[in-house]
Amino acid sequence: MRIPSSPALQLARRGASAPGRALRRFLRLFAGAGRDLAPLIGVVAFFQFVIFRQPLPDFESILLGLVFVVLGLAMFIHGLETSLFPIGEDMANALTAKASVPWLLVFAFGLGFGTTVAEPALIAVAGEAGKIAAEAGMIEATPAAIEHWSNRLRQVVAVSVGSSIVLGVMRIIRGWPIHFIVIGGYMVVLVMTAFTPPEFVGIAYDAGGVTTSTITVPLVAALGVGLSTGIRGRSPVTDGFGMIALASLFPIIFVLGYGMAS
Amino acid sequence: MTGIGQAAVDLVPALLQTLSDVLPIILLLFVFQVVVLRRPLRHPGRKLIGLGYVVAGLALFGAGLESALFPLGRSMAAQLTAPDFLGLTEGEIGPPGAYLWVYVFAAAIGFATTVAEPALITVSIKAEQVSAGTIRAFPLRLAVALGVAVGVALGTYRIVSGTPLHWYIMAGYLLVAAQTIWAQRVMIPIAYDSGGVTTSTVTVPVVSALGISLAAAIPGRSPLVDGFGLIAFASLFPIISVLAYAWTAAWLLRYRRWTRRRERTS
Repeated sequence: MRIPSSPALQLARRGASAPGRALRRFLRLFAGAGRDLAPLIGVVAFFQFVIFRQPLPDFESILLGLVFVVLGLAMFIHGLETSLFPIGEDMANALTAKASVPWLLVFAFGLGFGTTVAEPALIAVAGEAGKIAAEAGMIEATPAAIEHWSNRLRQVVAVSVGSSIVLGVMRIIRGWPIHFIVIGGYMVVLVMTAFTPPEFVGIAYDAGGVTTSTITVPLVAALGVGLSTGIRGRSPVTDGFGMIALASLFPIIFVLGYGMAS
Repeated sequence: MTGIGQAAVDLVPALLQTLSDVLPIILLLFVFQVVVLRRPLRHPGRKLIGLGYVVAGLALFGAGLESALFPLGRSMAAQLTAPDFLGLTEGEIGPPGAYLWVYVFAAAIGFATTVAEPALITVSIKAEQVSAGTIRAFPLRLAVALGVAVGVALGTYRIVSGTPLHWYIMAGYLLVAAQTIWAQRVMIPIAYDSGGVTTSTVTVPVVSALGISLAAAIPGRSPLVDGFGLIAFASLFPIISVLAYAWTAAWLLRYRRWTRRRERTS
């Protein structure tokens, strides 16, 4: 049954069939992804033509690649919004309502691990780190060895993000203040840095910032805000935030540990 | 057109790899749906199509990354450190001051990509609502973008000068610890999160390629030891700038109230 509305709206509804609506939504996402890329292109173009005064090398392949990036991001985000995000949010709400702490912790770990393994920024940086490690002679310079090493790195980071979400959920349930955990954590980082081979320090520190982007942030934020709204005495503002900070801290500790062990 | 054909062939293994990348999260959601919640999935068809989009989009993005974002970062680093451009002879190491354009480029990339970041816009609007008017959304976004700009620029200076990464990061976190003592309680989690939120999917590859190629191009620097760390800078400095902005805003508000009260009494 349809609720009657203004004639203009009805016309718009009739005009846009289901695939038409999906197409329009997709085009909007495409424009959004293009807008994300625009500042980057602007800065690069300014330097290329005003400072260097030279045409960009490999212009055509870079242009084709940028089209891939925009199209890929638009499809990826469209897919996330129609599949993973609604499922994840429903589940976070259902688990909070059920108030089963063990299942909630298992879910928190799985969410952190699963979203991080698929994070595009992490895939990019881990691959690059693998190539650099091979060039520096840390691992064998075969594609298989590089892939093995970078997959292992991604798994370490994913386990660390999973653990950080578990701690974040515990923090919200118990109401621990975030800054003690974060500042204490960075003290641990300081001590571990002294015992880690220098080749790992940069990669470890970067792993913190890399993990928290496209997939992880919205799903983890939904979990944090849902939890702190559901538990009495917690506010979504002071307790719902802070999950990302933990997800940026733990990868540093775990990758430093991985460096010490290998 | 051969370029596109070749790219399409390259996409097949990329698709398989992507499928294995998203498998853990799909399995997790599926198992929880069936075992814990014991509820059928709503709109299963639409969600399956959505997953198809996720996999195809990730694979396309990966292909674009290799042919556009990484080369862009590399090419900019190569041009910014070319001896001709810097006025140096081949193999000569200039003083850190000679690489001024590197820092300017790093700051510009950091600022431009952050100020328009959608995740940041959401967070800053939320922060305005919770701070009862002391924090405004747009200045907060500016503070974060300036933090990223200073962070990435300082990060490239570190690569050029070859000083150890952990000194900078530790000094930064000591500053954050000190600022936390005087910060308003509500602002602490928002400030800490703003660090992680700023490093987006498009920025990360370009910035990390810039760092690695910079370290490779400057004589005496190793890409492995010196090339990484820019993302760490970009995550740390917004925390400092947001805490500083929140503190200044609260102080200004108190100062204005104080002068108003004095005017009234005199």
